[in-house]
Amino acid sequence: MTFLVTFILICITGVLIIPFLKVKMKGIIVLAAIVMNALISGYLAVQSLTGQMISYSIPGSAITGMIPIRIDALSGWFILIINFVFISGGWYGLFYMNAYKEKRGKISLHAIAVLLLHAAIVSLTAIQNSIAFLVAWEVMMFSAFIAVTFEHEKEVTLKAGINYLIQSHICVVLMVTGFLWVSNKTGSYDFQAITAFSSSQAGSGALFLFMIFFIGFAFKAGFVPFHTWLPYAHPAAPAHISGIMSGILIKCGIYGILRMILLIKADYTAIGYIILTFSVISGLYGVMLAIVQHDLKKLLAYHSVENIGIIGMGIGIGCIGLGTGNLVIASLGFAGALLHTLNHALFKSLLFYTAGMVYQATHTLNIEHLGGLIKKMPQTALLFLIAAVAISGIPPFNGFISEFIIYTGLYQWLQNASLSSLIFILFLILGLVLIGGLALLCFTKAFGIVFLGNPRQELHHEVKEGPFLQLLPLYVIAFFILIIGLVPQLFIKMLEGPVSLFTDRLGVTNAQFPVEAFAALTPISIAVWGFILLALIIFSIRKWVLNHRKIAIGTTWGCGYMSPTAKLQYTAGSFVRSYVKLNKPTLLFFKHEKEMIGLFPGESHYESHAYDKLEKWLIDKPIKVFKSFLKRFLFLQNGSLQYYILYGVLYIIGVIFIPMIFDTISLFIDFLKRL
Amino acid sequence: MGFLLAIIAAIFFPGIILRVKSTASGRKGPGILQPWKNIRVLLRKGSVISTTTSYISRIAPVIYLSTILCALLLLPFPGVPPIIAFEGDFVLFAYMLALGKFLFMLGAIDSGNSFGGMGANRKSLFSMLAEPAFFILFGSMALLTGYTSMQQIVESIQLVGYNSFIIGALAAYVLIQIAIVETSRLPVDDPNTRNATTMVDGVMILDFSGFDLALIQIGTLLRLAMYGVLVANFLIPAGWPVLTRIALFIGVQIAFASMIGLIESFRARKKLSKNPQFIISLNVLALVAFVLVLLINFKMIGK
Repeated sequence: MTFLVTFILICITGVLIIPFLKVKMKGIIVLAAIVMNALISGYLAVQSLTGQMISYSIPGSAITGMIPIRIDALSGWFILIINFVFISGGWYGLFYMNAYKEKRGKISLHAIAVLLLHAAIVSLTAIQNSIAFLVAWEVMMFSAFIAVTFEHEKEVTLKAGINYLIQSHICVVLMVTGFLWVSNKTGSYDFQAITAFSSSQAGSGALFLFMIFFIGFAFKAGFVPFHTWLPYAHPAAPAHISGIMSGILIKCGIYGILRMILLIKADYTAIGYIILTFSVISGLYGVMLAIVQHDLKKLLAYHSVENIGIIGMGIGIGCIGLGTGNLVIASLGFAGALLHTLNHALFKSLLFYTAGMVYQATHTLNIEHLGGLIKKMPQTALLFLIAAVAISGIPPFNGFISEFIIYTGLYQWLQNASLSSLIFILFLILGLVLIGGLALLCFTKAFGIVFLGNPRQELHHEVKEGPFLQLLPLYVIAFFILIIGLVPQLFIKMLEGPVSLFTDRLGVTNAQFPVEAFAALTPISIAVWGFILLALIIFSIRKWVLNHRKIAIGTTWGCGYMSPTAKLQYTAGSFVRSYVKLNKPTLLFFKHEKEMIGLFPGESHYESHAYDKLEKWLIDKPIKVFKSFLKRFLFLQNGSLQYYILYGVLYIIGVIFIPMIFDTISLFIDFLKRL
Repeated sequence: MGFLLAIIAAIFFPGIILRVKSTASGRKGPGILQPWKNIRVLLRKGSVISTTTSYISRIAPVIYLSTILCALLLLPFPGVPPIIAFEGDFVLFAYMLALGKFLFMLGAIDSGNSFGGMGANRKSLFSMLAEPAFFILFGSMALLTGYTSMQQIVESIQLVGYNSFIIGALAAYVLIQIAIVETSRLPVDDPNTRNATTMVDGVMILDFSGFDLALIQIGTLLRLAMYGVLVANFLIPAGWPVLTRIALFIGVQIAFASMIGLIESFRARKKLSKNPQFIISLNVLALVAFVLVLLINFKMIGK
């Protein structure tokens, strides 16, 4: 209990003293508060991962009833991820915000928002009372909104923030519906009531309840087609917030879905198929759109959609395992999903932080304007490269490990499947392979165009590497990315707790964690070590040989041109041109060009941008229709005060008289009945 | 064993292709070891390094070669287990190669001319399209044999029944085509053309020279031989004695090399924009293999 009280006290004191501090101190205090909170929650989380379930009970109000705080292994796993990303992000943010230090007021608000965001997300994973959960959820959403709209004087940023806020509230509406339905039937707001309620329902009722929650959380997680807020909100935020959003905030949706799988007793096979369908579409659609983006952060944001898809595939396979009573498939699926949650939090936050470094050095995120940054910022480039390899699911880094586990789950399922599901599995394998291939194409483009070659545009200020202290958390993240790739067995051991929470649903007595299903990880790490050794040997031979050879320095061969301009290089647009041509039906791609004609061509230009087809059909069109409907009532908003007072009076009259009229009518009906 | 065979195959394979090509065009042709003599010359040469390039170009050839060597460690041969084998090793195999490709493409873009980007963009697109074929193929094999390790698959494929030969042949054919796509040979890419704007691999190596270029070329030769070993594994019955199989292996390699040589002598390169279609048709073939497996396993009539 003292832990909880200290946790809350740290938040309150932090919020109260931050406005009175100097700008530099604000950041440090926030970081300190986050570290303290992380220590408290991390201590409990580690305990829960070792198999001890921690539960407290707070006496709530008359409305909420008792508020149970339960930290099981699932919460523990998420709490550790959250803490890691927040501490590294907070550290990085300290330096990132240096550029804005003259804006005192804004920084106070931002600092408070970050502190509350951390506290809210951590408590979300532990609170098991619907109303308290919703309160924490709202705190999380509003603090995220404030953190995102730091540069609210820019119209784009504010718009993105409001878009995020509205879409997040659709998710709240769905959650409230689900929670109210349950509490209406059972009279309790405790999460355990959901289990009781769903097991009393016939199959379809429980499935419907799950779907309500799933779609609600899918908005948060960014599953296609509920992803449209994501590519706006991520680029608008400052880099450390983008990293936290992509690494943690959307994972709240994943946490919610996992929690609901634990709570709701429904037809797991059906749930599995539903989740898998959404996931494979999200994965493919996310990466397909990522490739055509020219804004570095927007590109990364679409990759979040893709990775949520991969995590979802793991969850779906796990559910199928639960549904068919197969312990191995279930463990592989959930372990893959949970590990990929951690992995994505690591490499995506690293990518966003490095994108932030690029932005601060060049003041642009348009890929077409960048180029050759590796020579000015070699460390940032290396870190971006590590994260890019990891996110493409390529060894020797962590992305490969989780994707491999998901592949193993798929192939295990393939060998135990019936004919109809075989076709489905085939599509899943195809999807996962294509996601990998497309991600590779995307990051060849992103890394190649931004960091390699020559600068495509002259920048009017000096581009240089950030300070070492700012790069330090990035190196720590890169270290973990490498470690998970090299010794995955360690992390699988930590997953035993959370995964067995799920496999306990199977009802198999003495269901042991199937260690042999993960046996392949040992030879993988041997192979990866072997690869690194080989690379080092060849590299040293190369070094030794080149020391004895004549090395000439020259310009790049330009096909006869002695000093080609930087414009001759491939651009991001030209790099993906053949892909765009191949993929025309699924993309909305706009081109504006004026060609060069004649012997003395005049002015010419070429411009292209891509738009989300689903966003056009699911968001833009309905809003347009809705707007044109509402336009008919525009006469009401005519700007003259007299009318507005009239509306007020009419409203008051209505409030007073409608119940009176209602009463009179019911009296009259009573009277008639008595006759 | 697979590792050794691949190395031996890599030594003679490219020479045979060259020989077949020269014979087909009526020339006497160089010795079988000529490609390696060329590489030896490169290894002794100094390098020219562009001012535009960065450390990516320095590490790219090294990593390209080491990923291929690492993938060779996984290469199966019935009866003699490879150095590393485990359930699902073909996933590592494919992704290891992808790492090499990734660095190779970045190395090409690093040169800062338009050719690097040109080659890299084609390479990434083609290999992205070819990858599913490989995974579907091994998926069907896993379904057929019940194993997901390459070694166990090639060991038990003939045990499934007489029909498995059809699947083996189909798999070998798909693998040959994947090899052609991945190592950029005709009809996807013409290794002999002098027109940089139509090449894939050829334009990517323009700014590598000396030792680095040699590393990349060794890598590419090994890669071709590696696919050759895989193909042979699907064609040669696993139950036969090792010596017979090695003799057959040599036969298959010579046939594979002469096939590539003949294709390159008599066929023209496809239009670049037609290549995706060609590669997607590979996936369709892999799907045919999958359907065949379904038929064999009698899963077609319910389970």
